[in-house]
Amino acid sequence: MCEVGEDYRAPAGQPPPRPGREQKCVKCKEGLPVVVIRAGDAFCRDCFKAFYVHKFRAVLGKNRLIFPGEKVLLAWSGGPSSSSMLWQVLEGLSRDSAKRLRFVPGVVYADEGAACGQSPEDRAKTVAEAKAGLAERRLPVVFSLPPSVLRCSAREPVGTEGAYKAAVDSFLQQQHALGEEQQSLPCPPRPPIRAGPPTAGQTEALSTLFSSVETLTAKEELLRTLRTHLILHVARTHGYSKVMMGDSCTRLAIKLMTSLALGRGPSSWSAGFSDERHGDVVVVRPMREHTLKEVAFYNRLFAVPSVFTPAVDTKAPEKASIHRLMEAFILRLQAQFPSTVSTVYRTSEKLVKAPRDGCAAGTPGPRCLLCMCVLDVDTADSATAFGAQTSSQLPQTQPPVAQAEAPTVSCCCTGMGAALSAFCSCREEDPRARVIEQLCYGCRVNMKDLPSLDPLPPYILAEAQLRSQRAEAEQIQEYLLEDREDEDARPGES
Amino acid sequence: MPAPQCASCRKARAALRRPRSGQALCGTCFCAAFEAEVLHTVVAGRLLPPGAVVAVGASGGKDSTVLAHVLRELAPRLAISLHLVAVDEGIGGYRDAALAAVRRQAARWELPLTVVAYAELFGGWTMDAVARSTAGSGRSRSCCTFCGVLRRRALEEGARRVGATHVVTGHNADDMAETVLMNFLRGDAGRLARGGGLGSPGEGGALPRCRPLQLASQKEVVLYAHFRRLDYFSEECVYAPEAFRGHARELLKLLEAARPSAVLDLVHSAERLALAPAARPPPPGACSRCGALASRALCQACALLDGLNRGRPRLAIGKGRRGLDEEGPPGRRGPQPSGPPASEPIPGF
Repeated sequence: MCEVGEDYRAPAGQPPPRPGREQKCVKCKEGLPVVVIRAGDAFCRDCFKAFYVHKFRAVLGKNRLIFPGEKVLLAWSGGPSSSSMLWQVLEGLSRDSAKRLRFVPGVVYADEGAACGQSPEDRAKTVAEAKAGLAERRLPVVFSLPPSVLRCSAREPVGTEGAYKAAVDSFLQQQHALGEEQQSLPCPPRPPIRAGPPTAGQTEALSTLFSSVETLTAKEELLRTLRTHLILHVARTHGYSKVMMGDSCTRLAIKLMTSLALGRGPSSWSAGFSDERHGDVVVVRPMREHTLKEVAFYNRLFAVPSVFTPAVDTKAPEKASIHRLMEAFILRLQAQFPSTVSTVYRTSEKLVKAPRDGCAAGTPGPRCLLCMCVLDVDTADSATAFGAQTSSQLPQTQPPVAQAEAPTVSCCCTGMGAALSAFCSCREEDPRARVIEQLCYGCRVNMKDLPSLDPLPPYILAEAQLRSQRAEAEQIQEYLLEDREDEDARPGES
Repeated sequence: MPAPQCASCRKARAALRRPRSGQALCGTCFCAAFEAEVLHTVVAGRLLPPGAVVAVGASGGKDSTVLAHVLRELAPRLAISLHLVAVDEGIGGYRDAALAAVRRQAARWELPLTVVAYAELFGGWTMDAVARSTAGSGRSRSCCTFCGVLRRRALEEGARRVGATHVVTGHNADDMAETVLMNFLRGDAGRLARGGGLGSPGEGGALPRCRPLQLASQKEVVLYAHFRRLDYFSEECVYAPEAFRGHARELLKLLEAARPSAVLDLVHSAERLALAPAARPPPPGACSRCGALASRALCQACALLDGLNRGRPRLAIGKGRRGLDEEGPPGRRGPQPSGPPASEPIPGF
């Protein structure tokens, strides 16, 4: 491949030499090799295990983010990477391992069956399988929260935790195993229930949401967002300060290219070791240096159990969504150029998201409602803003001369006094526009595939409303006169 | 089923639908809209100030033909003067036919044309000779690297000969998107960080470069050329099938099919890339041979030519750059200011 800094070597067309029968393990030089990693490195079973475990420990140790005694939530999807991560943690915690890990784990498993159209029986079966698999390993706590995130999740913006705790309480909705009908208004908090089947109403609401999404790409993105919210909510309510995700190197490279194609930029947050977007809960990725191939070999050689759960894109054709396309492309390219995945992965480490021109290094801008990235929507002068707008503008018969491309939205300030209408921003009263303007570019493009925002979970809509109200309050703040003692001496406010 | 009415003038029947918005427009209104958008790009980005002498990189392909035509239409309004600069890389069977198209265009539009040839500028090396030389090492793919770097240098030289103040090239939005994908796959963090935006202001004595067609999608460029009945050369470079860019192009086509806004989304992502502080390279100096901007002792063009002249064409491509400090054959005609190494070329813009 025309890779930057590539050394002069044999053409990529020839496969690397296969290890012959007499070859020994490249590490200990004694054992018989059982597996070939990278190009031509043959390892025997013990050396492979040592190599694998060492990588896991090294990633954790190098970054020094996990403190002893800390509560760490392991996000388990049932797939091979997260099962492997779980296994590594378990083995690391056992008393007889050298330098044993010292944190307190819990496991969360998000049942996404409703989003994929599975029947309740199938979902119950999958959950039971998952529970059985985990019970064997004597994990302290097991959560299996169905997508009751529809009613009971909370959003905590960065930096306003204190003031927001009260609001969090008012947003908390709990669901009962008895299947009581839930109201959509906030109600006083109740103690959290560990597990319970979701009500039919909630399941139906979730499937309505997902069936209203037009493209598979948007579905996958929405599912990913909701899953993240759910895991964060579980972490917050149960006092976990760290979440471990089991993304492997291959998966991360695909995710990076996908987020590039979706307009999210290099997204170093979704691929770095630690993701600190969410403030109090930090997401870490200890499996990020393991390729999928190594994970598969390890799972097979050491019998790590995993559960297959069908996802939204199972059996979807290759061209169905951007995620599938990118996955197929990268894996195909990897077969031809074996360094593709590692190159993409390393490149992402070198790149960061450029700060917006207006923000100094210290002040973070407003965050996206859904993905908590800094809002990066273009100002009217930027290239892509123009490109996107001309597609929605009618070209006039005479070519316009250098129009300033500020969106001309009609100002509907019916509720406000005349004195304020001049200061109020030109924002439509339309709730859809209100939500959309709080999203980053990537999330906005996704929302285009959602014809109506009503099926979105209530907590999202409520948060959107709250934020826009807060923004409006800030806007008029400078024009409000303070209450003074000599108020009578001044003429009244206009 | 009769075509709907044009959405803009409402008089004529619509002749096409714009790819991005799906609007139905007649030919005249579409061309007017296209020209308006290019004008806006130039004016809003302050790319070509009044009085600029603009060298248009003309290859005879659709992008540079459309670029030259649109700029010619807009020249009175922008108060710029145009020169066509064509680069002859010496690719037999491809470039000569393309140059014939450029000559016809120059004659038809009455624009001055200058042709610069690699053979003349770079000591007798044509692309065919380079390809033969690199083919010996089994990596003929790398001849695109040579062509890109040397062509930028040649364009710069041609622009200086005509006394230009700005250089424009016909890259469109699809090209930018492909470049981002390709640089990510290659691992070129430096180019990724430099790539966003509308062109370079010209560092180290190089002329400012820009790409007025950067926001136009490739389909619209083709449609414009069709409606204005422009005569261009549409074959692919002989060496293109081996270029790595082909993979990025194929991926882009697939992405566009899955989501039509993929091209714009990629350009948006690209605008926001910056190097992490740890990965930033040291500030560049000057090439010891020709004085151009260079991050090492020799600029990329000099280094590539050095490798060719010494019979080791891959000398300057790769890590280590071993042996570059050895004395090579003298060959430069004197200081030639030029721009920094650029990204991989597109065969035939």
